[in-house]
Amino acid sequence: MSEVIVVTSGKGGVGKTTTSANVGTGLASMGKKVVLIDTDIGLRNLDVVMGLENRIVYNLVDVIENKCRLKQALIKDKRHPSLYLMPSAQTKDKTAVNEGQMVKLVNQLREQFDYIILDCPAGIEQGFKNAIAGADRALVVTTPEVSAIRDADRIIGLLEASEFKQIDLVINRLRSDMVKRGDMMSASDVVDILSVPLIGIVPDDENVVIATNQGEPLVGNNTLAGKAYQNICFRVAGKEVPFIEFEKSISFWTKVSGIFHKN
Amino acid sequence: MRLKQIFRKKKSREIAKDRLKILLISDRVNCSPEMMEMIKNDITKVISKYMKIDTDSMVIQISKKGNKGGDNKVPSLYANIPILDLHTK
Repeated sequence: MSEVIVVTSGKGGVGKTTTSANVGTGLASMGKKVVLIDTDIGLRNLDVVMGLENRIVYNLVDVIENKCRLKQALIKDKRHPSLYLMPSAQTKDKTAVNEGQMVKLVNQLREQFDYIILDCPAGIEQGFKNAIAGADRALVVTTPEVSAIRDADRIIGLLEASEFKQIDLVINRLRSDMVKRGDMMSASDVVDILSVPLIGIVPDDENVVIATNQGEPLVGNNTLAGKAYQNICFRVAGKEVPFIEFEKSISFWTKVSGIFHKN
Repeated sequence: MRLKQIFRKKKSREIAKDRLKILLISDRVNCSPEMMEMIKNDITKVISKYMKIDTDSMVIQISKKGNKGGDNKVPSLYANIPILDLHTK
């Protein structure tokens, strides 16, 4: 049984593409057959985050317009043999594709893959409608900020209206030091407000920027964000994993950096 | 006095939570905070005819989510009105 997961947020810049790349890579490293689809037509980014930008020949719009076969637009990942990327078109716009075409494409991919992960564009227009059309479940990404949470709430409303059975929340860029100080909403504050199940908390970690610079998802490595994404992958696959205590490691680093600042 | 002010000052985390709660109520049902305030005032007036209520701590909310895990997604109005005295009038 294959599962189609849309990664969405409403607001831009909260980490949809990073989450898609890491969840896709993490599931592939667990031995699953995974395809990542960038549905952000006109503003493609997933290829760069994955470090596959130099291998693109055909894209999603080419497949839909029958300019190539489905297989030709699938780029094999550098590290994981069971992971593929279908890049988006950079020169077209969102109206190049409609919901029916997306559903058809996704259903074709179901035959070959365990997980199909759709990286949704920001906003609630055609691009969003296309991305959610063929999906079974959603990962809603938000940060602990008023604007991102407001947009996430709107997205959750729209997903519920399209009768999504499973909607899970990813809280990105959480800073435990700020939560402790009382200057950032905690994960439970956000869950309280949005009232959807939490599937993962990703701490604000500079390693995410480094990983994006290098075009290598950090899931599974020894960084805080890498561990957090690994846990999200386990939970997506149905395993129960306890949430990591970020406070411990962060307070340790705060102490270390505190020593440096004193001198 | 100054120390008291610092003590009283709400942390930005609390401010964000409070703002969001009010904002999302109106977002979810397309109902402005002003209208909610008017509804609250009218309810207060009606109930105050019969009993003494605590208007400061009463809560009126419109929620679209099914309560207690129910499937029902019809928007509903929740009113939590503490009664101070039942036998005033």
